[in-house]
Amino acid sequence: MAEVEVKNLSKAFGDSVVLDNISLKIKEGENVVVFGRSGTGKSVLIKCIVRLLEPDSGEVFIEGENILALSENKLNEVRKQIGFLFQGSALYDSMSVRENLAFPLIRNFNFTTKEVEAKVKSSLEKVSLEDSIDKMPAELSGGMKKRIGLARTIITEPKLILYDEPTTGLDPITTKEISQLIVELQKDLKTTSIVVTHDLICAKIIASHAVVLKDGKIKYEGNLENLVSTSDPFLRDFFTSDILEVKNGSNK
Amino acid sequence: MGSAKTNTGTTQNLSVSGKRLTEFFQTVSGLFLFTIEFFKKVFIPPYEFAEIKKHMDELGVKTLPIVSVTGFIIGLVLAMQSQPVMIRFGAGSFLPGMVALSVVRELGPVITALIFAGRVSSGIGAELGSMRVTEQIDAMEVSAINPFRFLVVTRVVACTFILPMLTIYVIFIALFGSFLAIFLSQGISFQLYLNAVVHSVEFSDIIPGIAKTFFFGFIVGIVGAYKGYNTENGTEGVGKASTSSVVISSLLILLIDMVLVKVTLMIWSN
Repeated sequence: MAEVEVKNLSKAFGDSVVLDNISLKIKEGENVVVFGRSGTGKSVLIKCIVRLLEPDSGEVFIEGENILALSENKLNEVRKQIGFLFQGSALYDSMSVRENLAFPLIRNFNFTTKEVEAKVKSSLEKVSLEDSIDKMPAELSGGMKKRIGLARTIITEPKLILYDEPTTGLDPITTKEISQLIVELQKDLKTTSIVVTHDLICAKIIASHAVVLKDGKIKYEGNLENLVSTSDPFLRDFFTSDILEVKNGSNK
Repeated sequence: MGSAKTNTGTTQNLSVSGKRLTEFFQTVSGLFLFTIEFFKKVFIPPYEFAEIKKHMDELGVKTLPIVSVTGFIIGLVLAMQSQPVMIRFGAGSFLPGMVALSVVRELGPVITALIFAGRVSSGIGAELGSMRVTEQIDAMEVSAINPFRFLVVTRVVACTFILPMLTIYVIFIALFGSFLAIFLSQGISFQLYLNAVVHSVEFSDIIPGIAKTFFFGFIVGIVGAYKGYNTENGTEGVGKASTSSVVISSLLILLIDMVLVKVTLMIWSN
């Protein structure tokens, strides 16, 4: 498990300030869901946390290490403990499912071929897609790609997993399945998770803590129940449609 | 009114020219820094030999059919076009040597490089560009794998070493094409043709011709990789990366060729 701390983080693209002096602390084993309208910097925040984007100012600590100050080699050592599920899954087009999953293991760890094969199969079992081992990414549906992406993310047994909109574009049933899978994996691997999403169904299943971003700042930080029953007009507007959808769904 | 319109038009033209000039200098400086990054990474292990071999196989096989046809036609047409002129000047017997020298020194290397640029540079630009916009490069980076080393260095090294091999192959195919043209018109024997070629072409013709293809191969690889690796703006950006890779690498091949011809003439002038 890993503790993450973001201190006074700012990031702008040209004149547009996306993150404005954000501070956030995520405890070990917590599942934090980050909400916000499109373009409020949710993805930018998690990309800054793994240093895929360089922030303009601020600090990011993962298990006490300021990753913005690390050399390339040390940064890679920290990254070996981090999993990142991308919005579009980001499976390597030129590799089969087996090769996609084996890739980080072969490159970063000293496993034997048998051990790699066993880990690939075990990861695919966790996402119930053992039969897809020899398929190419182009042969997979959107939901299958997300699952394979998830299997690739967890294969190295990371301490921290970042999810960038894991259920976007999926139907409600698949959304529920993926969300439950994330919770199960979190329990199994005892990871700390940060989930960026718009999806309240997904958030209700996953979140132990919620953060809402607005205009580059944190508008709300606390538990999800309080957020759902908030009287703040912006937060109420933001969640109204989804709350109704969830309620209707649960009535059925 | 008319004058105001003209002024607005001129300002717009200047603004467009300024933007293009800025883009040009951005590309030049970006490419320069990208090349420095390549040399920083290429000599440091791990050396990704398997990946380089895979790319050499793919690039060689992909380009083989088109360079074969082009090489054959160039040799054939060059012999057919030159024959009447050579005969007019009473130099018909020099035809095999003239064709061989043209193919070995200039046409073989440059034509192969231009075709290679069209086929491979655009392919690398599109492949890396689509990996960039679908976050596959980011996925590699966040998995603690250096994408520059794995995707860029391997492709550039493969291009640098496969192009000279393809050029040697094209030279032989072009010579066969020219033999066929001369054989059909003059009935020359293969032995006689070969003797004429061997006596005309010297060591100092072959080495510069082949040596410059290492530079051309490097240009094709580095330009394609640079444009693809730095793709922006989604699928539209992938298209632009692919097209501009071909344009820039073709232009650079011709410019570098001009410089290298001058250099080789200075070295072998005696």
